[in-house]
Amino acid sequence: MDAPGRDFVPHIPRLRRYARALTGERTRADDLVQDTLERALIKLHLWQPGSDMRAWLFTLMHNVFINQLRAQSARSTVELDDEAAQVAVRPTQTDGLEVRDLQAALLRLPEEQREVLLLVGLDRMTYEETAGVLGIPVGTVMSRLSRARERLRGLLAGGAVPAALKVVK
Amino acid sequence: MSQIPVIEAELHAYIDGLLPAERRAEVEAYLAAHPEDAQRTRAWREQNQALHAWFDPVLAEALPARVRRSTRLRRMPPALRYAAVAVWFALGGVAGWYLHAYNTVQSAAGIAFAREAVIAHAVYSPEVRHPVEVGADQEAHLVAWLSKRLGATLKVPQLQRVGYQLVGGRLLPGNQGPVAQFMFQDGNGRRLTLYVRRGARDSSETAFRFAQERGVGVFYWLDGKFGYALSGEIDKAALLRVAEAVYQQLNP
Repeated sequence: MDAPGRDFVPHIPRLRRYARALTGERTRADDLVQDTLERALIKLHLWQPGSDMRAWLFTLMHNVFINQLRAQSARSTVELDDEAAQVAVRPTQTDGLEVRDLQAALLRLPEEQREVLLLVGLDRMTYEETAGVLGIPVGTVMSRLSRARERLRGLLAGGAVPAALKVVK
Repeated sequence: MSQIPVIEAELHAYIDGLLPAERRAEVEAYLAAHPEDAQRTRAWREQNQALHAWFDPVLAEALPARVRRSTRLRRMPPALRYAAVAVWFALGGVAGWYLHAYNTVQSAAGIAFAREAVIAHAVYSPEVRHPVEVGADQEAHLVAWLSKRLGATLKVPQLQRVGYQLVGGRLLPGNQGPVAQFMFQDGNGRRLTLYVRRGARDSSETAFRFAQERGVGVFYWLDGKFGYALSGEIDKAALLRVAEAVYQQLNP
């Protein structure tokens, strides 16, 4: 194995782009990238030379992301629930509150749908690659993709899908 | 119009550029006849474009220093790094990735030694900036220092003949006291490590033994005075060739 950290470098910009879209925040995104790269270094001997390093790194990032979500939801009922609480308390107030930008709309998708949408739409992975990265069947990729795109379409059109309040940071 | 009905998944594949070419015309014909689906797929295509427009600028951003640093294992203090890998290997064992011993008769101590060597290899061979404590440019000092710490005169094999140059070495804590690790590198930057400890009092000479853990192969042997383990991610035959060169030089 030759100076493997170097092998990661060409993939970092795409990892960052994905992390940014996934988390919606620069700092959190870079935390995610950093945690992923550290894990990758420790696990590098598991990477099979000749296999797709990008897919491997995205798989690690997915796992780190999921673990962070679990840790957060286990730990906090305050900060995290802000968003959920607003949605729950006022679910029917759909009076034209527009989602102002794509990022905000993405954050309104469930994480599992957001991941699929981004891996396919932004990272241009095939459905099989996406299934591999997320560890789910291709059929599940397709159904999540379909739901994500329809939901996003509704959010961006400000219409069909119930729009909750804008997430306040 | 097509005989085979167009399904939703094909509409996605169509805009993602993943539809087989022979099906393209049929999907387009279908969309021409179904304006509502055509409108949906157009919106999806615009979503893809919007994602790129929105997030592609991230690709061009300079990497924050902390992210760049995280491509190097040395971010963690050495003890922690060591622990991280050791823990990982331990978990791996639980999950079923155990160090697979090929010889039927192997002492538990021998396997433990090989495992230590593989872990040390996994920790230090990826190092970019600090793979060794003392570099090959100070080889005499390196050998004198490690000999003193191990309490026996060490020799460093010259492996140029089999394609490897000495990078340098470091001192490590082994289960039975100090251990020396020498690192070698070939022209492609592939690294091997030779892990050397003092022989246990009861140990005699042994044949080469081979073990492997997910890509890291290790040949190890005892020659009475020292125990040696040569680790690397090269194939078994190539590793054996180097191990033999090491053995011949250290046991003339």
